[in-house]
Amino acid sequence: MTINPAAPAICARAVRKSFGEHIVLDGVDLTVAEGTIFSLLGPNGAGKTTMVRILSTLIAADAGDIRVGGHDVAADPGAVRALIGVTGQFSAVDNLLTGEENLRLMADLHHLGREAGRRRIAELLERFDLTGAARKLLPAYSGGMRRRLDLAMTLVGNPAVIFLDEPTTGLDPRSRRTMWQIIRELASDGVTIFLTTQYLEEADELADRVAVLDHGRIVAEGTPAELKRRIPGGHIQLQFAEPDALQAAAGMIPNASPDDDQLVLQIPGDGSVASLRRVLDELDDAHIDVEHLSVHSPDLDDVFFAVTGHAATEATAPQEQEALQR
Amino acid sequence: MTSFAYTFADSATMLRRNIKHQLRYPSLTLMLAGLPIVFLLLFVYVFGGQLGTGLAGHGTGGRGAYLTYVVPGILIVTVASAALGTAISVASDMTGGIIDRFRTMAISRAAVLTGHVIGSLLQTLAVLVLVVGVSLAIGFRPDASALNWLAAVGVLALFAFALIWLSAALGLAAKSVETASNTPMFLTLLPFLSSGFVPTATMPAGLRQFAEYEPFTPVTQTLRGLLTGGSIGTHAIVAILWSVGIALASYLWAVRLYNRRRAASPN
Repeated sequence: MTINPAAPAICARAVRKSFGEHIVLDGVDLTVAEGTIFSLLGPNGAGKTTMVRILSTLIAADAGDIRVGGHDVAADPGAVRALIGVTGQFSAVDNLLTGEENLRLMADLHHLGREAGRRRIAELLERFDLTGAARKLLPAYSGGMRRRLDLAMTLVGNPAVIFLDEPTTGLDPRSRRTMWQIIRELASDGVTIFLTTQYLEEADELADRVAVLDHGRIVAEGTPAELKRRIPGGHIQLQFAEPDALQAAAGMIPNASPDDDQLVLQIPGDGSVASLRRVLDELDDAHIDVEHLSVHSPDLDDVFFAVTGHAATEATAPQEQEALQR
Repeated sequence: MTSFAYTFADSATMLRRNIKHQLRYPSLTLMLAGLPIVFLLLFVYVFGGQLGTGLAGHGTGGRGAYLTYVVPGILIVTVASAALGTAISVASDMTGGIIDRFRTMAISRAAVLTGHVIGSLLQTLAVLVLVVGVSLAIGFRPDASALNWLAAVGVLALFAFALIWLSAALGLAAKSVETASNTPMFLTLLPFLSSGFVPTATMPAGLRQFAEYEPFTPVTQTLRGLLTGGSIGTHAIVAILWSVGIALASYLWAVRLYNRRRAASPN
């Protein structure tokens, strides 16, 4: 039950899956190097969860060659299961037990033994800030606590490859940051992480490589930086009171595109404080008054426009997408 | 450890999990025990006086004779009613997220179901003790030897094992917990269409044949013979064959459903 060092942690070739008439995965190729974070990015219904379920041996692909840790998921699912940990989109915890009992259940199923199990449980409770709630039943847990327990349960067996299906969907910003920190720590310990998300920001924060899934196909793949270079969506928008000011500013700043009717100037950029300050300093030096400023960061929609030419299906505000999933 | 030892260890872990559930939420167990106890009191105190008078060859008649007659019937109602709990607990496990976690772990596939079945069997035996206790308290006086009691427990446990596997399969086949709590209901009806409550000879022709051939009758007759005397004849062997047959068919059906489940759903 070991990883073959020569093989990538995850390697999938020409993966196909349909449910009846509906084609969910239409020839997906993926390679994830050992010890890296790979993010599969896409809107709801793109096929992300199906991909995770296939890679984690829950369902079989219709076609394709899929290896995790060098083991074929179809021929030797047992060897794959011994290597992986999965935290799905919906909490995979036992609601009738306490947090500690949930971890104990995992320790027993991994045959850790009493002493080693106890140590591992205490360590995970501490690390996930659940020590205080260890003896509480699950209904008393908040969404963030459940998600942390869920991940802690996945880690009991020290998996070499972890699948996280939308690990932060539905979490508040603070819990989301905590989860990101935990994921980074896991990766620095050498664990390979396969993560799905519908947030570009999340992929950007965490992933070494990102693949964009759309209608069952990978439409773009690369490092977050490579991907962002392909996205023209990020810009600063300046609103002026006077047409003269707009013209003067447009003359000063390269690549800026003025809109004479709206008195608005768009300047491409990443929206960082340094770039903002540079633009504002320049305008200030030239005594040009800016009435209003807004920053637009590239989001999933921009990625989809850039790589597919169409908007993300069901492209709604993130809050609405979360509501749909509850 | 060998793979057999792992299967055993994983099943024991799952059993501990199910027993923990039962102890933490005893309301289901109490509900399962409540039904047969209500039937016992209803049949003995409301109908018993009249029904006892009509019993031929069962002592002097009356309420006391009917109590002696009906307890084996109540015991099989208990087994059938307790089996309902299995369908509910299996279905609620299958509709929750944790089952996917188990499926992605290198644990024995049978362990989840085995844990449920053994857990339910222990639950059923506990409920049976309660029902026998109430029967004794209201005047049930069996003339069985210790060996007869042991044999009776064996027959009940084997029959319970069969019905629990059947109920587990029905729980797996159900799409929701609500369906799972309804489909095995027919099991609680079958004891009434057997020799459990009245002798089959008093039933009209079509019903009588059904009652004589359905599995609850040989089980009841075997228990009656063991606990309160009377001839067992071929009933014991028929009871055992029914139990083994139901258990085996249900086990195969349940395992097939378990392995196939969710394989066809997109999310």
